[in-house]
Amino acid sequence: MIPELGHFALALAVVIAAAQAVLPLIGAARRDAALMASAPSLAFGQFLALALAFGALLWSSVVSDFSVYNIAENSQSLKPLLYKITGVWGDHEGSILLWCLILALCGAAVGAFGRALPAAVRARVIGVLGATSAGFVLFSLTVSNPFVRLWPPPWEGQGMNPLLEDPGLAFHPPILYAGYVGFSIPFAFALAALIEGRVDAAWGRWVRPWALAAWAFLTGGIALGSWWSYYVLGWGGYWFWDPVENASLLPWLAGTALVHSAIVVEKRDALKIWTVLLAIGTFSLSLCGTFLVRSGILNSVHAFANDPARGVFILVLLALVIGTALALFAWRAPRLLPTGIFAPLSREGALVLNNILLCSIAAVVFTGTTYPLFAQLLAGAQISVGAPFFNAAVLPLAIPLFVVMVIGPMLSWKRAALAPALIRLWWVALAALAVGVFATFHTAIFPALGFAASVWLILGAFVDIIARIRLFRLPLATSLARLGGIPLAAWGGAIAHAGMGITVAGIAGMAIAEHRIVAIAAGETVDLGGYRWTLEDLRDAPGPNYSARLADIRVTRDGRVIAVMSPGRRSYPLQRTTTTETAIRTNLLRDLYAVLGEERDGKAVLRLHVNYLAPWIWLGALVMAAGGGLSLADRRLRIGAPLRRAAAPVVAA
Amino acid sequence: MSAAPPARGLSRRALLGIPLAAAAAAGAGFYALLRRMEAGHYDPHAVDNPLVGQAIPDFAPLPAQDPASIGFGSADLRAALHATGRPILVNFFASWCVPCRIEHPQLMAMTGAGIAIWGIAYKDQAADAAKLLGEEGNPYARLARDENGRVSIDWGLYGVPETFLIDRAGIIRGHWAGPLAPETVRDEVSPLLRKYA
Repeated sequence: MIPELGHFALALAVVIAAAQAVLPLIGAARRDAALMASAPSLAFGQFLALALAFGALLWSSVVSDFSVYNIAENSQSLKPLLYKITGVWGDHEGSILLWCLILALCGAAVGAFGRALPAAVRARVIGVLGATSAGFVLFSLTVSNPFVRLWPPPWEGQGMNPLLEDPGLAFHPPILYAGYVGFSIPFAFALAALIEGRVDAAWGRWVRPWALAAWAFLTGGIALGSWWSYYVLGWGGYWFWDPVENASLLPWLAGTALVHSAIVVEKRDALKIWTVLLAIGTFSLSLCGTFLVRSGILNSVHAFANDPARGVFILVLLALVIGTALALFAWRAPRLLPTGIFAPLSREGALVLNNILLCSIAAVVFTGTTYPLFAQLLAGAQISVGAPFFNAAVLPLAIPLFVVMVIGPMLSWKRAALAPALIRLWWVALAALAVGVFATFHTAIFPALGFAASVWLILGAFVDIIARIRLFRLPLATSLARLGGIPLAAWGGAIAHAGMGITVAGIAGMAIAEHRIVAIAAGETVDLGGYRWTLEDLRDAPGPNYSARLADIRVTRDGRVIAVMSPGRRSYPLQRTTTTETAIRTNLLRDLYAVLGEERDGKAVLRLHVNYLAPWIWLGALVMAAGGGLSLADRRLRIGAPLRRAAAPVVAA
Repeated sequence: MSAAPPARGLSRRALLGIPLAAAAAAGAGFYALLRRMEAGHYDPHAVDNPLVGQAIPDFAPLPAQDPASIGFGSADLRAALHATGRPILVNFFASWCVPCRIEHPQLMAMTGAGIAIWGIAYKDQAADAAKLLGEEGNPYARLARDENGRVSIDWGLYGVPETFLIDRAGIIRGHWAGPLAPETVRDEVSPLLRKYA
């Protein structure tokens, strides 16, 4: 009964989404206030219907209703409650439903928080979101229905992929999807602006908070995914340039560019066409990231379902959404005339350079990810593009990006001089150089470059704030008092940039990580990274739905016990799979990382790592996301969205 | 940075149509691939090497990896193939790679059976690779190191371990990604070796 209710709610959501797509857009075209006013209610309605459907699926999973095919395939009565809940989005159908729910939430959010928007803009934005929603909810209802029944129901479910039974991964999809789908709002604003034929500073102000929120979620989601692959997969790495990872990185790069170019639209009324294109492009990449990966067309360790029939549906859907948007862009964008004019050397110029570099990195990653596909298509060749290509191609673009990231915020709008900015940065450059030179004595050139870049970014991020409070120029108390007067958006930007620096430090640290693979028997010791690792015992340990083999390792330094860790292997009899359980002990400056491999002749293969600064990679991403969140909290952005009249003087300026 | 004035409307319009054209082309490509996947012509998970059936890529001599005293390049490989008239296996490995250790006994067995295996240590510390071969035995007739992985890129390396079978004319005839299991050696490598012997 409950699953049928969910099924019905899903069908209802399609109908409401269709109405949400049509009525407000007609209303906006005819300037019909009543039709336009229907937009928020329809968006709320669609969200409620999808929430009901999602709730029904959640309920079916929690009570282990194995007559629902999807639950029988992916759940098991013995599974802990947490994973019964999070397992709902652990498979294809459930994750698509979650995706749709978040898209509906975006429409409802615009309905709720967009009261200050002009009625026509709000109606068009919600209408575009409704049209997108209608397509994807229809996909869920027809080809990817999570409520399909199974008769007779089995006594026990098939169980979930044990790799996914992990708290980090459990919350990864909602956060990642909030990022992916959140970019639907800037996308809808872009289409609304194209339909209306105008983009102005107010538009930039409306779009930026939404883009920023989505960006913060995407940053967090990517970090969580990378952290998961670090501690669950046990391969000792954190980023594998896997197509699924790249699929999340692409919208992040485009979204980062969008967050920056929207500033130029807002402050200077320039880069309008480009920003609209970025808004469309970011969401298009998000769509490709979610769905093309799901079609199984890309070879990935994370691939969900390989179902070409679904693939064709998805492709048609993507073609409709992206094609319509780009066609509208080609048709209407020529009307968007640039008004703000600026010299190449200016804050705008730096932001343009930032955009070019970010988009170049995105282009490189996109090329590397899809090249094997197109090589196959055009030349019939099977090629894989791996980490060496990406590392070699991204680094030369990342270095100038890091340079611009610090210098750009020092420049003034419209026209700037480089020398004063550089003079203010001399001590940052000196510190970076000192760290880099010091590092070259100990490490290879690239990690040293990374450490220098990290110092440059972290210190450089706060130079502007130091200048604003006139530190050491005014008495210290006065300076500190001025701290409070700095807008949160400025803090947010500085913190996000510093977060990038922290991540870069972590990446550089990982590049000098020490590791060994050894085969040793219990009682034997190995030395690595200044630590003595002793394999004390190999033992069996039972678990609720698995049995585990654990290796107890004692790590000492100069005779002092630093850590006792127990990496293991779990074998899940029901799913007939084994997982590795990585053991990690961190003190934030280095991770001790141990993985238990196969055992042979009484000897266990251990993979031991000392990963310097590893936690900084994800810590930096968190700091970046927090910086984005802080910017959002800025009153100017929150109240923002003034009416057109208020924005007019900016346009004239 | 100011965009083109409206007077150049046509070229501007064409420029703004590029994203649509690019997306359409990509979409058509994806569609074609999906169709092939449905028809079974395309398997995204296969790791065939495009070099199979082609001559080995040219590469300058790589430095030696202990316990070998001299490294080798493509010229050395061709010369040896020409001189012996028998196929050679080229095996990419690394001491940090667990599957390589699983594969190692098979390599030792093949060397014992008189098969020539040349090794390339991929992105490995010289001392680590030497230690591995010291402990577990050295199956390689000649051994070189590709520290930055550039030569391995030319070979289209997917990961380690990976093994290539090269016939006496210097043409790559076989390719295995991942560790060679005893069954793989028996059912695939040995027949190919006999075929090109």
